[in-house]
Amino acid sequence: MTDATTNDDGIVRAADGTPLKKRLGQALFRSRLRAFGLVTPLLLMIVMAFLLPVVIFLKQAIYNPTFESNMANVSPVLAQWDAVSEPTEDMYAALVADLVQARKDKTIGKVATRVNRELSGTRSLFTKSARKAKKLEAPYKEALEDISKKWVDIETWKAMKIASKSWTPAYLASAVDMKYNADGSFERKAEERRIHLKLFVRTMEISIIVTVMGLLLGYPVAYLLSTLPARTSNLLLILVLLPFWTSLLVRTTAWIAVLQGQGVLNDLFVVFGLATDEDRFSLIYNKTGTLISMTHILLPFMILPLYSVMKTIPPSYVRAAKSMGATNWTAFWRVYFPQSIPGIGAGGILVFILAISFYITPALVGGEDGTMISNFIDFHMRRSLNWSLAAAMGAVLLVIVLFLYYLYDRIVGIDNMKLG
Amino acid sequence: MARDSNPEGFVVFDHVQKSYDGEILVVKDLNLSIAKGEFLTMLGPSGSGKSTCLMMLAGFETATHGNILLGGTPINNIPPHKRGIGMVFQNYALFPHMTVGENLSFPLEVRKMGKSEREAKVKRALDMVQMGDFAGRRPAQLSGGQQQRIALARALVFDAELVLMDEPLGALDKQLREHMQYEIKHLHESLGITVVYVTHDQSEALTMSDRVAVFDDGIIQQLSTPDDLYERPQNAFVAQFIGENNKLLGVVKSVKGDTATVQLDNGATTEALAVNCGDVGNRTTLSIRPERVNIGGRKTKMSVEGEVKELIYLGDHIRCRMDVHGNEDFIVKVPNSAGHTHLKEGEKTMLSWSKEDCRALDA
Amino acid sequence: MKIKTLLLGAAAGALCASAATAADSLTVVSWGGAYTKSQVEAYHKPYTASTGTNIVSEDYNGGLAEIKSQVEAGNVTWDLVDVELSDAVRGCDEGLLEPIDPSILPAGADGTAAADDFLPGTLHECAVANIVWSTIFAYDSSKIENGPTTIADFFDTAKYPGKRGLRKGPKANLELALAADGVAAGDIYEMLGTAEGVDRAFAKLDTIKGDTVWWEAGAQPPQLLADGEVAMTTAYNGRIFNAVASENKPFEIVWDSQVYDLDLWVIPKGAPNKDKAMDFLAFSTATEQLAAQASWISYGPARKSSAPLVGSFHNKPDLAMGPQMPTAPENFTTALQNDYEFWADNADELNERFNTWLAQ
Repeated sequence: MTDATTNDDGIVRAADGTPLKKRLGQALFRSRLRAFGLVTPLLLMIVMAFLLPVVIFLKQAIYNPTFESNMANVSPVLAQWDAVSEPTEDMYAALVADLVQARKDKTIGKVATRVNRELSGTRSLFTKSARKAKKLEAPYKEALEDISKKWVDIETWKAMKIASKSWTPAYLASAVDMKYNADGSFERKAEERRIHLKLFVRTMEISIIVTVMGLLLGYPVAYLLSTLPARTSNLLLILVLLPFWTSLLVRTTAWIAVLQGQGVLNDLFVVFGLATDEDRFSLIYNKTGTLISMTHILLPFMILPLYSVMKTIPPSYVRAAKSMGATNWTAFWRVYFPQSIPGIGAGGILVFILAISFYITPALVGGEDGTMISNFIDFHMRRSLNWSLAAAMGAVLLVIVLFLYYLYDRIVGIDNMKLG
Repeated sequence: MARDSNPEGFVVFDHVQKSYDGEILVVKDLNLSIAKGEFLTMLGPSGSGKSTCLMMLAGFETATHGNILLGGTPINNIPPHKRGIGMVFQNYALFPHMTVGENLSFPLEVRKMGKSEREAKVKRALDMVQMGDFAGRRPAQLSGGQQQRIALARALVFDAELVLMDEPLGALDKQLREHMQYEIKHLHESLGITVVYVTHDQSEALTMSDRVAVFDDGIIQQLSTPDDLYERPQNAFVAQFIGENNKLLGVVKSVKGDTATVQLDNGATTEALAVNCGDVGNRTTLSIRPERVNIGGRKTKMSVEGEVKELIYLGDHIRCRMDVHGNEDFIVKVPNSAGHTHLKEGEKTMLSWSKEDCRALDA
Repeated sequence: MKIKTLLLGAAAGALCASAATAADSLTVVSWGGAYTKSQVEAYHKPYTASTGTNIVSEDYNGGLAEIKSQVEAGNVTWDLVDVELSDAVRGCDEGLLEPIDPSILPAGADGTAAADDFLPGTLHECAVANIVWSTIFAYDSSKIENGPTTIADFFDTAKYPGKRGLRKGPKANLELALAADGVAAGDIYEMLGTAEGVDRAFAKLDTIKGDTVWWEAGAQPPQLLADGEVAMTTAYNGRIFNAVASENKPFEIVWDSQVYDLDLWVIPKGAPNKDKAMDFLAFSTATEQLAAQASWISYGPARKSSAPLVGSFHNKPDLAMGPQMPTAPENFTTALQNDYEFWADNADELNERFNTWLAQ
């Protein structure tokens, strides 16, 4: 019974003489093709609805063509300029030509906004000058100087040079409180404008505390669920899942009702004499409020992976440990706990990554010291309309998460994580 | 304190009852005394209460009523980790995050034993089960049989006088299981420990035990040595559960001394050894082992005609299914000895057995 | 960028069904609460009654973000939006808004041409103002006797102990801080244009930072006052008035150093019912409609000819609306107009500075 035969040349062949490896390849290719066909719709959806928008959005962090595409004459001139010497009459002429065109195209507002991000106060300079640009005559330097002295200030031209680079590290620098200069150097921002690093640190801090609190609160619950008989544990599991069926907004506002100065909890404190009516605890609109409500909202994400891992730990391990003389604590710590680590890893990463980008809850209950980086991304998306900076901050956040993920993999091992 | 069951016993169950829900007793008035150095097996179908008894002894379940004594001391209120009982679990319960050596070292560490002493004991225990080279491996890297040995070594490493085993060989294939049975038996003999062993496999129970307690319905049906259990079952359940058995049902017509005259359901009358059949008029089950039936021979008072329904060749013997007294599943084992009777399907032949081999038990 | 448009277009396709049904209706977007109600009563209902066009009223929280994303995605669903002045100017500069021809606006009830009838600075290339509103501060008169009268009192926590409510953002707060520090209204924006001026404003804010509760939505300040969370708070004057007139709250408005601003109608570029929106815009900014709105909320009409027609609160004949307006002469003596150009130039930097200051 030898369907495969070895020839003199050492190649194993199938019954019909084709090399066995080729045959196997053909057979495997068909099954691979079928498998690929099955995942294609999902793959397309992920690429189209997730990866592509993320990449397009992140591209804005380093690519902003507003100035270059709307100021076609002055942009190449600025690229040649050394950012030190006096701007020449040619440069002024190119600028005026662009101002006229931008006014006509109704793009002057965008250009002005872009330059204003580099140097405050230039927005009105651009819009005002553009309105008059059509009537200006050479020499343009003097003509513009008549409109505003700022046109002969080299800082204005430096700001334009920075803005004229479509591919720019300026936004990423700004996201970490740095300033990108016209000569290509970086420096730290003035102290009273350094806000982002502080927020990144605070975001990390809040996320870590929420993860640890979630673990401390969720671990005993998950343990209880995993040891109870199926009927009882299913009922309790529904209670754990109940918050999932409630809107995030409802849960957050419920916490406002509980925690506010005149809220349920403070009323109880007053009744039991733990606080006086005048001097109630500040439990909300600060970091405490953010921590309490985020811990509650994210708790199910900690409990579920823990539960599913604990469910697979047979009770015989702890029994074995006890039969060998271990006390309850030793049996737990040396035998049960190490085996629940995959659940801790999964729950911890899940909660941490969700927490790091949390935004509605801190916005509602965070006050000043309980807001997070995502609230500022939102601010730049919706209020200041500085989408490039928002994208840059998002990119920094992404890098931080990936770095932590890498650290986790090095220390704990990503294989050592399971959701059940 | 009631010590009427057996004051000499190393392990004593004294009127022990257990109920989980307050309505049904899973263990009903258990009295059992196990001597020091004895190998006792609790045998029974699942749900018979045998495992519950083991868990009560280990301390993972509490008795609803009655006392359990270990070395003369009641242990009802002693937590499991202070009982000093070694235990081997059904799926070995080797800690997957520790190496084999760490697993064995664990009970010694919790006893605050010094490092060198621990190492010596671990090595000795591993050598005992011929696993001396495996201390650095993880349990997941071992085969089922090797894991079994490690679990055994771990239960023995801290010199427990009593070792409990809860179906320890259930997950092994037949050949390995039989091999391990001998190893456990030899370890028991050489170490002089007391073993309480739980299984549902009757051949395992017969092979290994000094005594076997057959459990059913929360009650010990019979407690005796393996040969007694097989040859002298006290009731129909034990007869049926241990080994192969032919049943004939009937009514007791008369009892004289140890002989009962029984009218079978098909009208025929036969004699049997009165063991547990009650008085005249009671229904009874006659129990005859397949290998105690003689084929051929002349018609006597005890003989009966049977028709061969099916023949199965099994090498050392031939299994013959016959119709006897209306029981179409009556099995007869014909030894494949030189010059044995050759039967054909459909053939009718005379069968006979001695009165002592036909036991009249409860119905 | 093309791919992005494609993606957004796909999402837009899903919305087409709902857009089709809105063919003979108009989507008007405003700030919600008592303010939107005043517009519904004074503009929407009469317009629907006379033209039969159904008006769908939507709420938003201000800013250009939604308009910008609708215009850039080519999927505009809003026809008319009520915006602040700085957003109107910026939106126009960036080409997000339709230009509005002032000639479509009707003459005043007294015959004055529209261009002369509107208050100075209320007509723009892409926007027409409807009201003048103001940032003032208010307190609960049942809790504070001999209440504060000047902006300096607001910053004086020794004289008037208790928490202060301020809007979370630099706008109006920096102006009020300098006014409280003794800077005359006319010099405030000049001073804020210098680093020293900004430092001085923040230094003044520092004095009450520890006692401050920050609010974000216009509905919050009356609630903070009612709950006793703050002793006094800055607020939009109409919101406080509404709490007093409709809910009989004992709140007092202090008009000293009020910072007033305009709300304007704008039409997003590519609005689905642009012509109808123009028609509605002209209708709603007529003399009678602006005057009618003033009987529902205490925001000043943008037309001079409306002022004489302003009567009393809609369901309280003895509550005259005239003195409640930011533009009433006795309220207006120390008033400061929000300088949209200053904020357009400096909002980014001052926001950053303000947020850093808050986080300290």
